[in-house]
Amino acid sequence: MNSPVSSREVREDGNLGALARTLRAFMQMLPILFGMLLLTSLVLAWLPRTGLHALFGKHAVLDVLLGALVGSVAAGHPLAGYILGGELLAGGVSLIAVTALIVSWVTVGVVQLPAEALFLGKRFALVRNGLAFLSAIAIAWLTVGVLGLLS
Amino acid sequence: MNARQGRRKLGGWIFLALMLVAHGLTALADAALARQALASFMNMLGEVTPVLVLVFVLMFLVERFLTPARTQSWLGQASGLRGWLLALAAGVISTGPIYTWFALLAELRKKGMRTALVAVLLYARAIKLPLLPLLAHYFGPRYMLVLSLFIAVFSVVNGLAMERLMRRQKSE
Repeated sequence: MNSPVSSREVREDGNLGALARTLRAFMQMLPILFGMLLLTSLVLAWLPRTGLHALFGKHAVLDVLLGALVGSVAAGHPLAGYILGGELLAGGVSLIAVTALIVSWVTVGVVQLPAEALFLGKRFALVRNGLAFLSAIAIAWLTVGVLGLLS
Repeated sequence: MNARQGRRKLGGWIFLALMLVAHGLTALADAALARQALASFMNMLGEVTPVLVLVFVLMFLVERFLTPARTQSWLGQASGLRGWLLALAAGVISTGPIYTWFALLAELRKKGMRTALVAVLLYARAIKLPLLPLLAHYFGPRYMLVLSLFIAVFSVVNGLAMERLMRRQKSE
């Protein structure tokens, strides 16, 4: 039978061991995280200069693809996606294209791809983002379709 | 340290170095753009820091209490409906940028979390509870409800498809 002292030692060793392993994993994460923040900040600064608005409104199907593409490449707070989506909608872009943009904004991460690949594997990151891109388009069609039926 | 961890460690530093070079080159080419990017970086760093504290605490708790057997029971192949619901709920309530959660998910996966549930959690993060009122404000409450429902359904669809595709790739 274990004495109280030995069981406490075991517990402390467990806590300290877990803390050391967590610190090690956390420190490994930091360069990737700082790299991600640097990359995202560059994309965010550069994106408004691309003249995105002018690209929309040429063809309905192209708009949906473009919406999903812009959302996939864009990084940053989802709120920025809502605001951009709202602006595009007010500017005459279809709700399907705007929905594709909003959904891909939060589900596809082209900018985050290097970090996702480093942590979860290259295949995982590519397949997941590919599926999420296709899903964003499907969700956009379905959402607008259901809203049409409901109204 | 296994081969994947070693690659991740080295890859992380190379990635950071490349991004520093990219910022340096941007500063040389367009100082105003670089200043804007730096301001954005500082802003995001402020936002991410509290989330990192939460991630650290969760990583510690996972490391300390979630044994591989327990992980497999809750989030593994045999976790059933409870596993799907847990992953969905965890995705919906998780906050902060997605990349702050990759390390935790990598740890959970190492302990036996099934691929489908990792994909479900990552996809369900698209439902942002604190932002739902804003989504309703911009696009209407009906739009917000329908969209959130489809995202929840598609998180499960994505999870199933991911697992199937990853299994096929592994067997090839």
